[in-house]
Amino acid sequence: MIELSNYVILSAIIFFIGVLGVVTRRSIIVILLSIELMLNAVNINFVAFSHYLQSITGQVFVFFTLTVAAAEVAVGLALIVAIYRNRKTVNVEELDIMKW
Amino acid sequence: MNNTIPMSNVIALVPEMIIAGFACLVLMFDLVLPKGRKGFLAWFSMAGVAIAAVATWQLMYQTIPAFADTFVVDPYSNFFKMLFYVIVAMTLLMSRGYLTQDRIHIGEYYHFILMVLVGMMMMVSATDLMTVYMGLELVSVTLYIMAAMKRYDSRSTEAGLKYFILGSFASAVLLYGMSIVYGSTGSTRLNEIGAFFTNGDAGVAATSGLILMVVGLAFKIAVAPFHMWAPDVYEGAPTPVTAFMSVGPKAAAFAVTVRILLEAFGGMKAEWQGILMVLAVMTMTVGAIVALVQTSLKRMLAYSSVGHAGYALIGVIAGTDLGTFSVMYYMAIYAVMNLGAFGVIIMLRSSGVVGEQIDDFKGLSKTHPWAALFMLIFMFSLAGIPPTAGFMAKFYIFMAAVEAGYVWLAVVGAVLAAVSAYYYIRLVVVMYMQEPDGAHQVCLGRGLKTALVVSMLVVMAMGVFPTPLVEYVQSAILQVGVVSF
Repeated sequence: MIELSNYVILSAIIFFIGVLGVVTRRSIIVILLSIELMLNAVNINFVAFSHYLQSITGQVFVFFTLTVAAAEVAVGLALIVAIYRNRKTVNVEELDIMKW
Repeated sequence: MNNTIPMSNVIALVPEMIIAGFACLVLMFDLVLPKGRKGFLAWFSMAGVAIAAVATWQLMYQTIPAFADTFVVDPYSNFFKMLFYVIVAMTLLMSRGYLTQDRIHIGEYYHFILMVLVGMMMMVSATDLMTVYMGLELVSVTLYIMAAMKRYDSRSTEAGLKYFILGSFASAVLLYGMSIVYGSTGSTRLNEIGAFFTNGDAGVAATSGLILMVVGLAFKIAVAPFHMWAPDVYEGAPTPVTAFMSVGPKAAAFAVTVRILLEAFGGMKAEWQGILMVLAVMTMTVGAIVALVQTSLKRMLAYSSVGHAGYALIGVIAGTDLGTFSVMYYMAIYAVMNLGAFGVIIMLRSSGVVGEQIDDFKGLSKTHPWAALFMLIFMFSLAGIPPTAGFMAKFYIFMAAVEAGYVWLAVVGAVLAAVSAYYYIRLVVVMYMQEPDGAHQVCLGRGLKTALVVSMLVVMAMGVFPTPLVEYVQSAILQVGVVSF
């Protein structure tokens, strides 16, 4: 039997993997993927709670999150292209004109 | 089942619709306007802001909950909308010369600035976690692009990318907090969450949700230790964009933080007051100490804006009516004086000279006495020296802290304000006591001149006659639980 807690724990694990990815990885593309992972962990949470609470709000929220995440990725990839044209790199450690 | 949208809902949304409509029209006009005639879009956007201001004026003291309680028009949100109109109008006035100079005078700039305005208006009116999130993301995503506006410049794109990574990370953390709060309370409406916490026991889950949400919001208002992005982004972004995002989105984030904490988490005051106290002290310290060693004026003002967020947090911590009042008052005054200070930096940007280093201001009083005098007034106001408006703003913040029983917090704030006065006055010393290296080239358009004079007059007038603004803000304090849902 799969219970609510299983979903919440799964979501927490995925969220944590995402956080680790953002903190430790050096390639901007992988960081972008990790942020997506974090957002999808949130979506799992919302859908699980929505089913458990028998309330539709959580599922509606997921649609908003998905849409915003898509917009965010579009902007993020555009920024990566722009920075690659200027600097010929997508490694965050080399983006150090200004101190982090 | 009633499927029609009541007319009152539409009326509540009129100012937002006007701005969004003008933003789309800007994009269309941009297609037909030849290069070099984009200045028209600035006036067109100003007209949109003016019409929206009239609409908000009509709604001023009404309270209209709309769209199934996810959105509300109340005096509190209208106060912030009025503030945003002023901020956007002043930014539009300031931008033109700089944008032409840096070859980024494109129509999209005006579109983005209006879109950020819509996002900020959504944020302050949001009464549901969903609308809070949508408004916040509209502001953030647009600002990522605006920060990277100079796409041929590696500093600007780097700023945009850093802002993007840390901003979307913060959004994800905030969203995770929201999902946990939804799971433990069963609702995303701020008032229903609030009702849950006054009746039931909070529990571990809800508390962790609250902590994650506070962390996410702290990122957005650049509160230490979540302020790392601010100096880099403020330094790299085009100066008018820096000026805009150091005041507008910050005020919006404060407005939404106050609303969430008081309306949804009013029952957990002790918890969030504890977290915010630590954050506020750290923020004020970082803002006061790290700014001392900066050589770039934009970077110094970035740390100064981090510090100012710390002072405003004291008002949030107080959690009383006076606390809310002091945050609103502080944000209004801070917006005007910070825009003014950035206006002087924009003025010094002319062909060949970047004018962003503190050394670039050497002997400004000899070459341009008026510019130096304006900068002096803005610096004194940022430092909180009477009779400027900055003093009154800090005074109300500390008064709120004392009234709520946090005397030590007011003392810490006052001490750190004294420390931070050093670096504001250092700039004044550089301007007045040192000899100029050469003649300063300035690029002073009519718009920039107007914006500088207006902000200077406001800063002085609010310091000497604070009563009108005080009375207006008092009438617009957030009323928790008055809106009947």
